[in-house]
Amino acid sequence: MEVLAYLIPISLVMGGIGLLFFVWTVKTNQYDDPEGDARRILSGQYDDKPKQ
Amino acid sequence: MTATMRPTISACPACSAAPAAEALADAAEVKNARIALSLPTIHCSACIAAVEQALNAYPGVHEARVNLTMKRASIEADADVMPDDLVKALASIGYEAHELDAGTLSATENDKAGRDLLMRLAVAGFAAMNVMLLSVSVWSGAADATRDMFHWISALITMPVILFSGQPFYRNAWAALKHGRLNMDVPITLAILLAVVTSLWETSLSGEHAYFDAALALTFFLLAGRYLDHRTRAIARSAAEELAALEVPRAWVIRDGQEVQVPAAQVAVGDLIRVRPGGRMPVDGEIVEGVSELDRSLLTGETLPVFAEPGQGVSAGEVNLTGPLTIRATAVGEETSLHRMADLVAIAESGRSRYTSLADKAAKLYAPGVHILSALSFVGWYLYTWDVRTALNIAAAVLIITCPCALGLAVPAVTTAASGRLFRKGMLIKHSTALERLAQVDTVVFDKTGTLTKGTPELTNLADHAASDLQIAAALAAGSSHPLSQAIVKACQAAGVTPAEVDQISELPGYGTQGVWQGMPVRLGRAAWVDAPARAETTAWLRIGDERPRAFTFADALRDGAEQAVAALIASGREVILISGDTTPAVEALAKRLGITQWVAEALPADKVARIAQLTEQGRHVLMVGDGLNDTAALAGAHVSISPASALDAARVASDIVLLGGDLSPIADALDTARKSTKRIRENFRIATVYNIIAVPLAVAGLCSPLIAALAMSASSITVSLNALRVR
Repeated sequence: MEVLAYLIPISLVMGGIGLLFFVWTVKTNQYDDPEGDARRILSGQYDDKPKQ
Repeated sequence: MTATMRPTISACPACSAAPAAEALADAAEVKNARIALSLPTIHCSACIAAVEQALNAYPGVHEARVNLTMKRASIEADADVMPDDLVKALASIGYEAHELDAGTLSATENDKAGRDLLMRLAVAGFAAMNVMLLSVSVWSGAADATRDMFHWISALITMPVILFSGQPFYRNAWAALKHGRLNMDVPITLAILLAVVTSLWETSLSGEHAYFDAALALTFFLLAGRYLDHRTRAIARSAAEELAALEVPRAWVIRDGQEVQVPAAQVAVGDLIRVRPGGRMPVDGEIVEGVSELDRSLLTGETLPVFAEPGQGVSAGEVNLTGPLTIRATAVGEETSLHRMADLVAIAESGRSRYTSLADKAAKLYAPGVHILSALSFVGWYLYTWDVRTALNIAAAVLIITCPCALGLAVPAVTTAASGRLFRKGMLIKHSTALERLAQVDTVVFDKTGTLTKGTPELTNLADHAASDLQIAAALAAGSSHPLSQAIVKACQAAGVTPAEVDQISELPGYGTQGVWQGMPVRLGRAAWVDAPARAETTAWLRIGDERPRAFTFADALRDGAEQAVAALIASGREVILISGDTTPAVEALAKRLGITQWVAEALPADKVARIAQLTEQGRHVLMVGDGLNDTAALAGAHVSISPASALDAARVASDIVLLGGDLSPIADALDTARKSTKRIRENFRIATVYNIIAVPLAVAGLCSPLIAALAMSASSITVSLNALRVR
C-alpha cells in the first residue's frame, strides 16, 4: 500500500496541471467563439501570416 | 551620412524593426476605429471565409475577425472607413449586416460574469473527479486507516473548492433569506454545507460514510446549469442591445445666422432648427421655412408621405424626405410626443412582470417541502435513537438526495437547446421566460408598416404603361430621392427600361420633379400639381405636355416570409389580427392579400394598447409583432413580443425576441419550438420527481449510502440533459 504515497500526489499534480491549462485557455479568450473555431479548422485558408 | 544614422545590423531582424513597429502601432491607436457588425445570416465555415475575405480586401481595413457564436464581426480599420460602406460591401456578396454600437460593445465584450462561472465550474469539476476517484476506492472496500486517509485527502480538496465554487449559490441564498424569501439556492446551500459539515464530523470520528464527492458533484452540476443559462442569455442580450441606434441624437441649430451642431438634449424651445432631407426631427416643432414631405411611418404607421409647408406642426421622430426645412422648436426633451409614447410603455410594462416562470413555481413548491422533510427525518431519528450523529447524517442524506440538481438543470438545459435552435434561424431570445410565454400564445397581433411590409413602396402597374412613358418617368424619377421616385427607378431598372433624355430636371420639394422632353414640359409628382384627380391609393402622376396625366400606383412591398408566417399561424389554429395606424384602404388591401380576416386601421398607439389589454382580459395570450414607436407600448403590454432588427431602439428594448434577419417566417417555427421546449421542461421536472420518489424513502429510512446518492444525482442530471437535447 506504500505505493499510494506516490500515486495519490502524482494524480493530484496531473489533475492540477490540467486545471492550470484550462485556466490559461479561459484567460486567452479561447471560449469566445466555440462554433466559429470548430468550423475554421475546415477552412482551406491559413492565417498564419499577419496581414501586411 | 554618418554611420550612426544607418540602420543597426542585428542578429534578429525583428528587434531592429520593433521600435518602428511600436511607433506605427502608437500612431495607429489614435487613428484606428473599431467597428462591430452584426451578421444574422452567417452559419458555416464558407460564410466566415467569405465575410473575412471581403472585409480584409476593403481599403482601409486592417483586420477583420468573424465570431460565429455571436454572429458578428469585429473590424479594425482606419478612422475614415464608414460602417455603412462595409455593410454595403457585405450586402453585395449576399450577407446581411447591421452596425453595432462599438461603445456599448466594449462593456460586454469580455463577459466577466461568464468567465467567473466557467472558472468556478472548472475548479468544481477538477475537485469532483479527484474526490470521486478516492471515493470509488472507499466504496470498493478500503477500510480502517486507508479509508480515513482517503477521507482526509478528500476533505482537504473539498474545503477550499466548496468555498470558492459555491459562492454564487451562497450569495443568492443569502440575498433571498435577507428579504425573508425562499429560492432554489437556499436548499442548495444548506445541502452543500450540511454535507460538508457532517462528512467532516464523520471523518474525524473515523466514520464509514462521507459525502464529500456528493457535495462537489452537486456544485458541479448546478454550476453547469447556471453557466448554460448565463451563456444563452449573454449572447442574446449583447447582440440585441448593441444594434446601433438608427437616429443620431444631434440637431443643427441656427444661432446668429450660422448652423451649429448640438446634442438634441440641448435644444431649447424657440430655437430654429435646420432639418436636411433624409434627417429625422429631433424635437417637436412648427415649420417656419421650406416645403417638403414627411415620412411619419415610424410614429403612426402611415406609409404615404405627408405634404409639409410653413405653419404645419411636426413631431420628433418624423423623417424629412425631399426639401430642407427650418423648424421652430415648440416642445423639447420630455415634452415631445416621442417621450409621451415612452410613458405609455411604462404603464403597459407592468403586465409583463405578472408572469412567474416554471422554475420559480417549482422552487416555491419544492424548497419548503425539502426543508420540512429533512427536519422531520432529523427529529424522527433523534427521538428514535437519541443520537445526534445518526440523526444529522440521515438529515444530510435526505437534503443531498433531494437537492434540486436535476431541477437546476431542467430549465437551462432546455432553454439553451431551444435558444440555440432559434438563434440559428435568426431569432434572439432576450428575456429568460420569453420561451415559456411564447408557448402559451393563442392570438398573434401584427403591425403593418415595417413589420409585415418593408415600409418601402413598390410600383404595381408597370405593365399598364407604354415604353416611352416609362422611359420619361425613369428619367424624372432618377432626379429625386423620394421613396416613390426610387421605387419607379428600381422597377424600371428591373424591367430593363433605359431612361429617356430629359433636360433641365429639377425637383420641387413637396410636389415632384419636372423637366423638358423633346421641347415639351414633363412633370412627375402629386395629383394636385399635375391637375389629376386625387386617389385613395398611393399614386404618383406623370404628365407629358398637356396630355392627360398617367397614374403610377404603389403598394407597400411585403417583407420576406410574411405570407408564409401568417399562413402557418392561421393553419396552426391561432387567431391573427392586423392593427395599423395606416389608412383603411391600405390596411384592407394587405389584410386581403394575406388572408387576415380581422383588421383595424387608423389605430393610435393608445388604441393598440387598449385592444391588447381587451384581448388579455378575455383570457387570451397575445403575441405582438411590431417595429414602430407607435407599437412600443403595445409590445410592452402584450404577453410576449417580437420585433425585427430594423425596428427602432425603443421597440427592440420593449420586445422579448428580436428577429435578426429580414425574414418573418421563423415566427411560426418559434411558436412550435417554444411549445416543444415547455413540454420538455415539464418532462424534466417529472423525471427529477421520479428519482426523488425512489431515493427519498431510502434516505429517510437511513439506507442511503454515499454511493446511492452519487448514482441518483448523476443519473437524474444526465437524463434531464439528454431529454433537453431532443429540442434541438
